[in-house]
Amino acid sequence: MAEQPLSDVKVLDLTWYIAGPWCTRLLADYGADVIKVERPGAADPARRLGPFLNDSPHPEKSGLFLHLNLNKRGITLNLKSQAGKKILKELVKDADILVESFRPGVMERLGLGYEALEKVNPKLVMTSISNFGQNGPYRDFKASELIINAMGHTMSSCGLPNREPVKRGANALQYQSGQMAAAATMGALMASRLQGIGQQVDVSIMETHAGSVDYRTQNLLGYIYTGQECPRVDPREAGVSIMPYGILPCKDGYVQWLMTTRTHWARLCQILGEDEAEMDRRFPDLYDMTRKGELEAMTANWCSTRTKWEVMQDAQASRLPATAVFTAADLVQDPHFQERQFFVEAEHRAAGKLKYTGAVFRIGGIPWEISRPAPLLGQHNAEVYGGLGYTAEDMVKLREMGVI
Amino acid sequence: MLKLPLEGIRVMEITVVWAGPFACMMLGDLGAEVIRVESVQHFPSSTRGLMLKIPPSAMKPGSYYHRLYLDSEVGDRPWDRFAYFNRHARNKLSCCLDLTRPQGMGVFRRLAQVSDVFYENNAVGVMEKLGITYEALSQWNPKIIYLSNPGFGNTGRYKDYLGFGVNIEAVTGHTWLRGYNDQDHPMHNTAVYHMDAAGGAAGVFAVLTALHYRNRTGKGFYIDMAGAETAIPHFGEAVMDYVMNRRVQRTVGNRDMHGAAPCGCYRCRGGPDEWVCITITSDEEWRAFCQAIGSPAWASDERFAHVLGRLQHQGELDKLIEEWTSRHDKYEVMVILQQAGVPAGPVIGDKDAHRDPQLTSRHFFEVVNQRETGTHIYPGFLWRYSKTPMTVRRPPVCLGEHNELVFSEVLHMADDEKADLAAKQIIGGDAYLEYNR
Repeated sequence: MAEQPLSDVKVLDLTWYIAGPWCTRLLADYGADVIKVERPGAADPARRLGPFLNDSPHPEKSGLFLHLNLNKRGITLNLKSQAGKKILKELVKDADILVESFRPGVMERLGLGYEALEKVNPKLVMTSISNFGQNGPYRDFKASELIINAMGHTMSSCGLPNREPVKRGANALQYQSGQMAAAATMGALMASRLQGIGQQVDVSIMETHAGSVDYRTQNLLGYIYTGQECPRVDPREAGVSIMPYGILPCKDGYVQWLMTTRTHWARLCQILGEDEAEMDRRFPDLYDMTRKGELEAMTANWCSTRTKWEVMQDAQASRLPATAVFTAADLVQDPHFQERQFFVEAEHRAAGKLKYTGAVFRIGGIPWEISRPAPLLGQHNAEVYGGLGYTAEDMVKLREMGVI
Repeated sequence: MLKLPLEGIRVMEITVVWAGPFACMMLGDLGAEVIRVESVQHFPSSTRGLMLKIPPSAMKPGSYYHRLYLDSEVGDRPWDRFAYFNRHARNKLSCCLDLTRPQGMGVFRRLAQVSDVFYENNAVGVMEKLGITYEALSQWNPKIIYLSNPGFGNTGRYKDYLGFGVNIEAVTGHTWLRGYNDQDHPMHNTAVYHMDAAGGAAGVFAVLTALHYRNRTGKGFYIDMAGAETAIPHFGEAVMDYVMNRRVQRTVGNRDMHGAAPCGCYRCRGGPDEWVCITITSDEEWRAFCQAIGSPAWASDERFAHVLGRLQHQGELDKLIEEWTSRHDKYEVMVILQQAGVPAGPVIGDKDAHRDPQLTSRHFFEVVNQRETGTHIYPGFLWRYSKTPMTVRRPPVCLGEHNELVFSEVLHMADDEKADLAAKQIIGGDAYLEYNR
């Protein structure tokens, strides 16, 4: 396997669930040696989460776990035991980065807070991911994906007026916080390598969303600039002109349209097979919203005889921004992403051969491949502890005493 | 004296809309000198404005524009007063060049030769048409890192497809996975798109990874980053369910993907749009919840005592819960339930956010003065460093604000050359030429 950009970086990964593991998967994807540390027996709770292969729950066959923990090595270690703390510190000595996502205070109570670890390795970057940050009145509050949507200022503008707001899809916000944590961690690594200083990186999931550049911070600043809040609007009534600016059904699904300019108008007339001059006469004012329904019906009619792929292809051929609404099935089979080799296959001892999402970006000239599937529980105990100088007999004792 | 991680690094950006400018803002936050290469000859789509000239009819109360221009007025320089742009424009410089003329490209080349990173997120072909390719830049500067972030990537059959954030949203599968789960048609307001935030974070991670590698190899790199691909992995559950089980996942509305129940958004007291979200993930939390809300009779119903029962009777539970929440303020519900160990939190709106106790105690908002808009509170940093804290070193950048700094101090241009190029409008300017025509 070709050398990767982060081949010289060692990461200790104490995280569970989604945000932390996604952060460390990104580091692992670009060559970092990531050692995932799980509790003996209890393990990462994500192993209990579906989807499961053939809907058969099994700690080595969780699709979520497999996806999040690709490219990492795995050990078991009981951080509550004195021997476990000692071993972790031995690992910290040679590590560049440690990522944890426990409730704030847990690492300190274990005697493994940043102050303690800095003494072991002054250059260590310790990334701490938490719901609301390492301090503040909400420090100890619990959260869920839904609550992150609500408190991360992400939900108030989504959904229809006159009913409850609706969250974003799946567990997207937790992944996004992990992606932000990867960026934050790399920044601290630069400081560590160039200035020889370690530090703690405090990633508040709430702040990674409140500070996000899209409609969210636009709305925060809009409120400051004008005193107006962003309401939820019905997309069927919104839009900047009478041209379709939303989702229309077609023969086998839906297509997302977005048309805003006069250039788009000309192209729309063309694909509808209408004479533009005639259409200009029929719709003299593109901003007279009372005519919106009529134009939308014409476009929907055109879509109804076509599959979402035909709509996308024909619209794009005429330079109109329309995309099919993909399902995961569409995505995994899609020729564009196949051409880009975005989905890659790996063989896992328990789950077998499966496809996974691959490189989030490619650095020119460096081929990207999966280096290893997600680890079985404790799969790399022998090689990691052996590397620290523990003998096979030591490891038996440590296992018997519940340390590994 | 400790330095910011990217002190000494120079980034040039020709970015539009959100993902690109967002990533470059964070690179600036990290200490890089980020230079927006802009142009008074060309008003880019959806960046410093949605339209160059905003007609009075577009500025009516309640309109999108009315909500986003300072004091709801376009002023003399609307491109410096637009919230959509200003919230990501801190910690950057701006210079203006005419890239369509050879002398302008000559200046661009000189800037590339003293820069470490070039960042762009334009539609495929735009940079190529100007001759701003990795081939060209790497010849001028072999150490340069060139990151390109179009929606579909620079290869593949859709590479020339047009698509805004909402289109890529559909391609990543997110549109199908979000929205209410009690309606057939996915035509809901999905105002916040995932790709912009995902692309911003991925872009910073990519640049830092490349810089790290460059420190070892001494070489620069081209980075191909498709907007869609920075977000698709965030829907791993749906991808894996299809890969493993050929099942096509659909939206679950506000429900929990993994069966925690009750899980939903409930009305609160104090207004028509006051909501709180609650997620109960265990029997223990359920018991604590019942106690915290005063142990009403219905809470001891056998049907709700275990997870399968709560899941099955969620609809009924939602109504009962809302009867309680609607008598309380949303922050009050959060405090009562969190103190009992139950996950709960308010739906925070734009006004709420500015008064939120957690955000304000952590100094999330920053007070910033910008010459065009004055002093206001801006959303701040997305993470914190214990030893190299980030600060707002420069306010939201005005168009061409640093022409003098860039041409004189960064490029060491002689006065006569500067005057000559400025007279020809090849460099300089701080107002779009088309605006007053």
